[in-house]
Amino acid sequence: MAAILVYSDHEKLAPELLTAARLLAGGKGTGIKAVAINNAALAQDLAGRGAETCLINDAAILAADTAAVASALCQAAEKLDAAIVLLSSDRRGKELAGRLAQKLGAGSLADVSGLKAEDGKVQCTRNTLGGATVAVQQIETDKAVIALAARSFEAAPQQAGGKVSELAVAATAPSVRLIETRSKASEAVDLQAAEVLVIVGQGVGKEDFPVAEKIAKILGGEIACSKPVATDKKWLPEDRIIGLSGKKCKPQLALIFGVSGQVQFTVGIRDASTVVAVNNDENAFMLQMADYAMVADAKEVLEELNRALG
Amino acid sequence: MNIVVAMKQIPDLQQIRMRNRQPSLDGVPYALGLIDKNALEAGLQLKEQSGGKVILVSVGNEEVEETMKEALAAGADEAYLVLDDDLADLESSQTAVALAELIKKIDDVGVVIFGEGSGDNYSGQVGPRVAEILGLPQVGCASHIEVNGATARVTRSLENADEILEAELPMVVTVLGDINEPRIPSVTQILKAGKKPKQIFAGSDLEIGLAGRAVSTISNLAPENARKRVAVGSVDELISVLRAEGFVGR
Ligand SMILES: Cc1cc2nc3c(=O)[nH]c(=O)nc-3n(C[C@H](O)[C@H](O)[C@H](O)COP(=O)(O)OP(=O)(O)OC[C@H]3O[C@@H](n4cnc5c(N)ncnc54)[C@H](O)[C@@H]3O)c2cc1C
Ligand SMILES: Nc1ncnc2c1ncn2[C@@H]1O[C@H](COP(=O)(O)O)[C@@H](O)[C@H]1O
Repeated sequence: MAAILVYSDHEKLAPELLTAARLLAGGKGTGIKAVAINNAALAQDLAGRGAETCLINDAAILAADTAAVASALCQAAEKLDAAIVLLSSDRRGKELAGRLAQKLGAGSLADVSGLKAEDGKVQCTRNTLGGATVAVQQIETDKAVIALAARSFEAAPQQAGGKVSELAVAATAPSVRLIETRSKASEAVDLQAAEVLVIVGQGVGKEDFPVAEKIAKILGGEIACSKPVATDKKWLPEDRIIGLSGKKCKPQLALIFGVSGQVQFTVGIRDASTVVAVNNDENAFMLQMADYAMVADAKEVLEELNRALG
Repeated sequence: MNIVVAMKQIPDLQQIRMRNRQPSLDGVPYALGLIDKNALEAGLQLKEQSGGKVILVSVGNEEVEETMKEALAAGADEAYLVLDDDLADLESSQTAVALAELIKKIDDVGVVIFGEGSGDNYSGQVGPRVAEILGLPQVGCASHIEVNGATARVTRSLENADEILEAELPMVVTVLGDINEPRIPSVTQILKAGKKPKQIFAGSDLEIGLAGRAVSTISNLAPENARKRVAVGSVDELISVLRAEGFVGR
């Protein structure tokens, strides 16, 4: 039976793909192979987690060159006799998925949060209609490329041993030149690990942020936001966005201020245990998606909460 | 140099009603995908810099012709459309094949612009697939595009870094929703948009050889909303709730 191949250049996400691969293989003797490109440490890490790992070492294959990476992985899948390729659904992985799938003649899906093998086909769970619905979609082709949402699976644990072998592929001519990489300054917050999230939307003024942040601290949590607060207003960094194009979180408590509650946002807190929403519009959809709904001015509630808790 | 922009018509998500958790699309009007409007705006700005035409490509049911009027009104010069009620519900691999066929019919293509994800499906698969079919370089998640003669400089915005890349034209770019603020067409522009040139094809006109669905949908349900929806009247009340649930005074 054909193998399952996992690849991500993201050190945290690649081990999660291994767990998903094991689930799909279901102990039926399907081989699980991992590939790393120009990253010996990652290859070693994946081998240590029990995957038969290949390292492609070729400086001509630039991570930023999606066409080149897709070509390398396509060759790897063929050489390793893999029919299913699992990728990470970060921006890099989603972009790669389409190009690789087209090369392989495979059906592809991204942002997949659940997987099941069914009659030799793979069924994937993912949001559709902007997050309003959850669909189960089946890949009908013999080959499949699936990009998995972060945190949908636990990272595979480290085991003893593990060996990396080298894999040679024919590098294609570079399709893009990398002029510069600028890392984004941000203190790498782990929103998905936070038990409490204080989430602010466009109904909260910039001057209220310090208070919201303080309340998050007091409750032992993190501050997060709706998309426009980060992308349009730039009041918080983009890694604090909750929702379809941000993070999907499962906190114990989500305290939500001044968010209207469109599906692309609510999909990100659907799995919270308790949702509290404050909005000054009694018809705001967010209030219907809450366990505790308060029609009030966000600024006033934030200040009063701060006084009472602080 | 012409700029091609791929735009998808999607059901207006705000108007979809759920019946027994099943989405009902009956009578829901179509709209342009939001990020696709950013793709169009990026195309219009490139045209303002370096000339040429902005040409729309889209695949969908008969309604697409009407839906794309807004994009023509906003400044696109021409549209190449596949209108076919039988091709209304394609999945990414089929859409990509059809769009690639349309793009092959267009002369002197410089940049082909997609949204980073369509408004309804949001999977970001179509743009990279078209790039592969046409054998073009690609840069996804762009926050900036600049054309200098025969090359383009594009900033790819990743979660933790920006990459500034250069490629020879023609190339494929997918744009983020925050790359720009789309212009809104005036009423006069909308009235005149009907007269702009359109090339309309049926599925049977193209050599698309759609190989059948690579992905099919088994079920599609709204999640259950099991929230308590208790009204809270004051901050004191809110604090007692938080205390009762164990979030305060831990
Ligand atoms: C493909 C796609 C992906 C997207 N992904 C995301 C995503 O990941 N995350 C996301 O958040 N959005 C996302 N969006 C955008 C989303 O559709 C909404 O536009 C966005 O969530 C709205 O943010 P908001 O609720 O903060 O702002 P608004 O919709 O402007 O709502 C502000 C709310 O604040 C209330 N308000 C105003 N003043 C006060 C006050 N003084 N006190 C209390 N309440 C007040 C208002 O009543 C209103 O309900 C996406 C959109 C698309 C098309
Ligand atoms: N039917 C379509 N017609 C035209 N463009 C499309 C179509 N479907 C997808 N696209 C383009 O491909 C992008 C990504 O779509 P998706 O892969 O569905 O997320 C969209 O933002 C559009 O630019």
